Amino acid sequence: MDKLINDFSVGLFFWQSLVFILLIVLLRKFAWKPILDAVNEREESIEGALKAAEKAREEMKSLQANNEAVLKEAREERERILKEARDMKNKMIAEAKDAAAAEADKTIASAKAAIEAEKTAAIAELKNQAASLSIDVAEKILGQELSAENKQTAMIGKIIEDVKFN
Amino acid sequence: MRSNFTVLIALAGFLFFTPLAYAQGENHEEIQHEQAHHEDAHHAEVHDEASGEKDIKGVIKETIEHHLADSYEFHITEGVGFPLPVILVDGGLKVFLSSEFHHGGVAAVDGAHYKVNHGKIYKTDAAGTITYDDHHHPTNDKPLDLSITKNVFMILVMAVFMFFLFRGVAKTYQTSLAPKKAGRFLEPIIIYVRDEIAIPNIGEKHYKKYMSYLLTVFFFIWFLNLVGMTPLGVNVTGNIAITFSLALMTFIITQVSGKKDYWMHIFWMPGVPVLIRPVLAIIELIGLFVKPFSLMIRLYANMLAGHVVIMSILGLIFIFSSWVAAVPFSFLTLFLSVLELLVAALQAYIFTMLTSLYFGAAVEEHEHH
Repeated sequence: MDKLINDFSVGLFFWQSLVFILLIVLLRKFAWKPILDAVNEREESIEGALKAAEKAREEMKSLQANNEAVLKEAREERERILKEARDMKNKMIAEAKDAAAAEADKTIASAKAAIEAEKTAAIAELKNQAASLSIDVAEKILGQELSAENKQTAMIGKIIEDVKFN
Repeated sequence: MRSNFTVLIALAGFLFFTPLAYAQGENHEEIQHEQAHHEDAHHAEVHDEASGEKDIKGVIKETIEHHLADSYEFHITEGVGFPLPVILVDGGLKVFLSSEFHHGGVAAVDGAHYKVNHGKIYKTDAAGTITYDDHHHPTNDKPLDLSITKNVFMILVMAVFMFFLFRGVAKTYQTSLAPKKAGRFLEPIIIYVRDEIAIPNIGEKHYKKYMSYLLTVFFFIWFLNLVGMTPLGVNVTGNIAITFSLALMTFIITQVSGKKDYWMHIFWMPGVPVLIRPVLAIIELIGLFVKPFSLMIRLYANMLAGHVVIMSILGLIFIFSSWVAAVPFSFLTLFLSVLELLVAALQAYIFTMLTSLYFGAAVEEHEHH
């Protein structure tokens, strides 16, 4: 203890206290405050950035879910449109088929009628021709047989009657 | 300044790992120097060159004491050094360079004469006579000595160094929030002091106003401890006046920031029987002063002991004066130096830690039971 007191230097104590207090004051203004403020600011900005990143991730997630839903909807829409188109096609084909069939029936019917008419006409013609031919033949035959006019006419009348009734 | 920091670190490392070779040489020169220098002083065992081994022991003791003691000049090694200003308050301010003492050991200033005896300046007559009392204490007048001694010089250098270093670190934050240059190394330490020392001990609420003191005290002690490891031969933190000043500041700040609860716990401890309270008050009151006292002694003794141990082991090399001893003792010194490097940081940490603990106790708000 005696040595401690003996070693104690008032001058050293004086300078140490003076210089140290000055150093604290100077460092506080020029070093510690700016450094600690900067460190604080940085810590806050890091925290803010982390929070923002977390938020962005959440947003991304919801966006992704949204995308998924939209995609699904689009797919369903496509399915629906395709199905509609297919139905429409089928319907159109069926309709066309029906129309074509109807048309064909109609054409056939008219053709039949025309053929019938032609046939009747042709038969009539044939009959007339056959008649005139028969008359010619009969004339030739009867020309020799029936020289008298009245006989001829009665004969023709009788023949025509026969022809008409068959 | 900042760009040179890496160089400074490297230099510090270099200086630290050279004391072996260097200190051997230094001690040798020191011995010669001491012999020459103390020719006129009363060191019989040193003075007597004929007494062999005992001589060496005396010289080593002398060298260690010389190394630990403050000095009026910055003496690095034989012939290398410079005088420092002596400032005396003795009927007015007397300022002169310590080189004045070289003229026969007595400095004559403005008609007064001064002489250095065992590291202290005494007022003497022109011949430098010092009279002693029965206990071999000088009876001469001692003027108030405010000299810029070696330790004061180191404090000033350290203050300037720290100011520019940390201002430089602070400036790098103006351009970017990421630490640059020296800040990369120092910022984690600053954050450590804040997050591991200040906040846990003082509390989130009050710690801010103590940060300047805690950071300054931490780096000041640590850096000066490290400077003490270099062969410059400075021993600032192992000096009782320095640790007293630091402990006193902690003491004053603690008492000034003491809140109602703090004084309550000292003088009228709640939660104990009333009869015991005065007894506790006495104990607490003693504790009030023991706390800073322990701070003062712990730092002082640790740094002093480290220096003494290292120098004593180096001294053993000269006592054995053989390379067989030199090699193991050199390695032992190296080992102890590395240990001291740890102690340098540890003591700074402990001082700061306990200081913040005391501050924490002063500002603590108890829930009333």
